[in-house]
Amino acid sequence: MFFNFMDELRSAGLKVSLKEHLMLLDALNEEVIDQSPEEFYFLARTTLVKDEAKLDRFDQVFNKIFKGLFSDYAEEGAEIPLDWLKSVAEKYLSEEEMEKIKAIGDWDELMDTLKKRLEEQEKRHEGGSKWIGTGGTSPYGNDGYNPEGVRIGGKSKHGKAVKVWEKREFENLDNDREIGTRNIKVAMRRLRRFAREGNAEELDINGTIDGTAKQGWLDIQMRPERRNAIKLLLLLDVGGSMDPFIKLCEELFSAATSEFKNMEFFYFHNCPYEGLWKDNKRRFAERTNTWDILHKYPHDYKIIFVGDAAMSPYEITHPGGSVEHFNEESGHVWMQRFVNTYTSCVWLNPVPEKQWGYSQSTKVMRDIMNERMYPLTLGGLDDAMRELSRKN
Amino acid sequence: MKFAGTDNYVATEDLKVAVNAAVKLRRPLLVKGEPGTGKTVLAHEISKALGAPLIEWNIKSTTKAQQGLYEYDAVARLRDSQLGDERVHDIKNYIKRGKLWDAFTSKELPILLIDEIDKADIEFPNDLLQELDRMEFFVYETQETIKAVERPIVIITSNNEKELPDAFLRRCFFHYIKFPDRETMQDIIDVHFPDIQKILVSRAMDIFYNIREVPGLKKKPSTSELLDWLKLLLYEDMPLDVLQNADSTKAIPPLHGALLKNEQDIMLFERLAFMAKRNS
Repeated sequence: MFFNFMDELRSAGLKVSLKEHLMLLDALNEEVIDQSPEEFYFLARTTLVKDEAKLDRFDQVFNKIFKGLFSDYAEEGAEIPLDWLKSVAEKYLSEEEMEKIKAIGDWDELMDTLKKRLEEQEKRHEGGSKWIGTGGTSPYGNDGYNPEGVRIGGKSKHGKAVKVWEKREFENLDNDREIGTRNIKVAMRRLRRFAREGNAEELDINGTIDGTAKQGWLDIQMRPERRNAIKLLLLLDVGGSMDPFIKLCEELFSAATSEFKNMEFFYFHNCPYEGLWKDNKRRFAERTNTWDILHKYPHDYKIIFVGDAAMSPYEITHPGGSVEHFNEESGHVWMQRFVNTYTSCVWLNPVPEKQWGYSQSTKVMRDIMNERMYPLTLGGLDDAMRELSRKN
Repeated sequence: MKFAGTDNYVATEDLKVAVNAAVKLRRPLLVKGEPGTGKTVLAHEISKALGAPLIEWNIKSTTKAQQGLYEYDAVARLRDSQLGDERVHDIKNYIKRGKLWDAFTSKELPILLIDEIDKADIEFPNDLLQELDRMEFFVYETQETIKAVERPIVIITSNNEKELPDAFLRRCFFHYIKFPDRETMQDIIDVHFPDIQKILVSRAMDIFYNIREVPGLKKKPSTSELLDWLKLLLYEDMPLDVLQNADSTKAIPPLHGALLKNEQDIMLFERLAFMAKRNS
């Protein structure tokens, strides 16, 4: 039973196993539900879906598999008001087509035919999708009229004919498209390298036992706690073309601060030059010399640049190219210093990868980074973290 | 035994099916949802509706799976042995029962609530796989197997702070309490405040849903916050026109502290309100 359903669910990316399948059959066997399609849908959902992000996909598969199998015997046939029919026709037919229809025959007559056809199909309920014949039998047949768009069933007296699973209420829970703080955190976990460093604060039981046995008296051994030893330097582009990505960068930032203890961050505008800053309000007053940064943070720090790399190419290649001040040395030189000092560095670009080709500065930046530029999506972040955790 | 909501709890159709499936097949029901949509309350209400005792196990970040089964108090035994206490000869005296043990051996069929399972260590759910699947576990110290007389009804809640392992999920029914729509919300309010003025509620709900619509809120107000807010409005005997006026000036709603829990949110909201006022 339900083999198709299970196969379809699996191919839609829901990890349904034999266990859940048996559970569903067991539940049906035990008569947990009354025999109504709606309850069956609820039962199948509670048994087979274990992640709210997958609920929408489940609804779609359910709709695909069971479409047309459930009829509404209990419901009365729909009453279709004439003006509503008219509005439907008007909505879906262009003026030209309306002219054509009028050419075929009388408008009222046509409405009557349509109404009859609809009522007929409401009773027969063929396949659900065949509200109005697409095969050319109906006068409305082709010509861009989208028969799927007309949910005549939705207008029944009880308002029930639109099935729960057709409502797709969980659509925006699907997390494939969105990147959220949590997802970023999960991706960043790749960058974990645990090591014991710092103050000895934890009791080392094995060491104590060994020591005590050796010494003959209680020899307490302490050791430092195990911590994530990854050190991270986050350099963020702010202002201008980065404005549309503020939310994304905020999320990345908050995920990074909670994930890494040794994290430092600085801001730059478009391209890093001789000074970076930590507080955007005081960006001109309180700058940190980039040389100091290069000297202060040891070379085992991992560097993540976040920016759209969209600027005039001169801002990278020429001294004095910066839009905010006169830079004695070009952005290229400064970027090169970063890349030479730190073996692990990546550039995260919030602009979709497809559009990178259109901006020359992106290409230049990518060259400087030795191709280590990744899109700021879950996949890109994953690749970037993998690059950073690669042992050099 | 069928669960159909209670006087104090409005259960949607899908929730009822999920609960009934879990009750009938005696498999754990995992409940997720936005904070404040009544996940924990659900267990209390099921217990009330079915007349079954509730055993609550609240999970913290330090909770270990073993603590739910039993703990062996070696220190107490060591002390007793030093003092020459008779109890020391029977190891059973030093085994402390956990919540799962209580649930397995309860005389009546109990409801076991494992609250906020995602707070615990990532291995926690894996450590409970066998125990929840077979509803039995083995006590090494006394070499006995504790087996459930009758499989308890297990409700597990999660706030989604950690991913749960697949193997664990496979053994559960799952229900996601989605944020109630207006109709359900009206039902919920009717249940909690039967005599609250209709117009007041409708005005309050407009404001509430508007606030939820505000983009960029860090924490959207949820059902429990709406109920708190209504309680406050009632308590303060807020005259109706205060709420009605709220719309014309788009000012901050009265007692907004009950709805917005984050100072950034309040600031954002004030800014929006100010801009709206200036535009009008």
